[in-house]
Amino acid sequence: MVLTPPPTIESFYKFCAERKLMGVKCNRCKKVTVPPRSVCPDCGTPDLAWTELPGKGKLVTYTIIHFPPVQFQALAPYPIGIVELAEGVRLPGMIRNIRFENVKIGMQLQTDFDTSTSKEWPQWPRYFFREP
Amino acid sequence: MAKPLASIVSAGVTRFGVREGLYARELFVEAAREAFDACPNLSPKKDIDGLFVGMMSESYEHQAHVAPMIADWLELLPVPAFRTEAACASSGVAMRCALYAIQSGMHDVVVVGGVEKMTNLRTADVTEILGMASDYPFEQWHGISFPGIFAMMATAHMARYGTTEEQLAKVAVKNHENGALNPKAHFQKRITIDDVLSSRVVAWPLKLYDCSPISDGASCLVVTAPKLARKFTDSPVHIVGSAQAQDTIGLYEREDVTSMNVTKIAAKKAYEMAGIGAERIDVAEVHDCFTIAEIMAYEALNFCKPGQGGTLIDDGITSLGGKKPVNTSGGLKAKGHPVGATGTAQACEIYLQLTAQAGKRQVSGAEIGLTQNVGGSASTGVVQIYCRGD
Repeated sequence: MVLTPPPTIESFYKFCAERKLMGVKCNRCKKVTVPPRSVCPDCGTPDLAWTELPGKGKLVTYTIIHFPPVQFQALAPYPIGIVELAEGVRLPGMIRNIRFENVKIGMQLQTDFDTSTSKEWPQWPRYFFREP
Repeated sequence: MAKPLASIVSAGVTRFGVREGLYARELFVEAAREAFDACPNLSPKKDIDGLFVGMMSESYEHQAHVAPMIADWLELLPVPAFRTEAACASSGVAMRCALYAIQSGMHDVVVVGGVEKMTNLRTADVTEILGMASDYPFEQWHGISFPGIFAMMATAHMARYGTTEEQLAKVAVKNHENGALNPKAHFQKRITIDDVLSSRVVAWPLKLYDCSPISDGASCLVVTAPKLARKFTDSPVHIVGSAQAQDTIGLYEREDVTSMNVTKIAAKKAYEMAGIGAERIDVAEVHDCFTIAEIMAYEALNFCKPGQGGTLIDDGITSLGGKKPVNTSGGLKAKGHPVGATGTAQACEIYLQLTAQAGKRQVSGAEIGLTQNVGGSASTGVVQIYCRGD
């Protein structure tokens, strides 16, 4: 079965433009994979279906970036973290609109979207995390 | 002790630091010259039949295809030459390739080394290039700097095990103490815990003095089939264990962000190959790109239990004069970290230690050494074990 759109990183970010956090779910073992891959990393089958994730999760770890990459200089300092979503998958990203002293490992976070598209390659919108 | 896989018969390393006015190729020649001069029985042009060079990025000097260039500048043409890239483990992986070459029987005497010329670019540009070793669409794209990756490991380690910023700072203090004894180190001055804690925050909890510097430098080894080693030296150093492992490019894809799985796996295999355990290691060079990485290295190498790395540094076990000296060269932190040169520079230090040529930082009676080299966020890990061959 051929998935439409294809299970690629580009498709994942195009869904972000529609404010959707999408992964692929294995039709055989039910494992959810984000970012999507063309075969299930657990059981190896290409029999996958797109699935929308509610984007709720908890913070696994974090840092506050004070010396940022060049294109992020205007935003620094800013918190970055890895979030484990309810489906068991993890994503890294920026934590926005939060006081630094409130950032704590284990805290609940919600995925949100910044649909202002970047002007640079690869012209993707970004997801980010915020307090629920 | 197990049968040697290959033997180091000579080694050379440049002074690390800001080496203004020199190209990478010229730095490599400087390291190779030292190795060749220290080995009078070696006729480079006649004896050397292969070259392996670790280098991370073409971007520093706008120069790709460096393997033939280095072969040319070493006057070794037309020997087959190979360049390996594995971020900060580029020359650790070059050593693995040299072992494959020797073990296959297709090569007898090879030069393996690494080089990086970094200080000609602005710090912001170097940071961008180093950051390329993380996952582009999910880490770099979201503003995660390379120190940020290791900072996230540090935050998790602190939360899980109670590791403190002071313990991280002690790693930097120890390595600067050793660097002060190494005339080739980038930094040859001692620092205090307060210096580290009060330095500028780069990515909390990591401060400037928790991070290894941007350096220029090269390092190289002459490696032979074990049966030929005696032809070149009376005191070879044998490589008796060597293993490599890979992990995901993104830190976020790993179940445990408080440990380096590649090092754990490679160390277990390397110890098995050598037929020894961690307790037999007299001296080690580990990959302290950030102070937290040295703490995690202790744990992954089984120098202590998971979570006990901070206690090891508190107790002075890994200081020069401690039971298990680590990073006698000054480590990446004080010796410097020209990324492509680091893996073989670690082996150069172990070679010096095991042949009693380490001067003021000599570990007396050292017979067995270990190197642990990591690429990216520990997406590549190489562990090697060495023993005196005299």
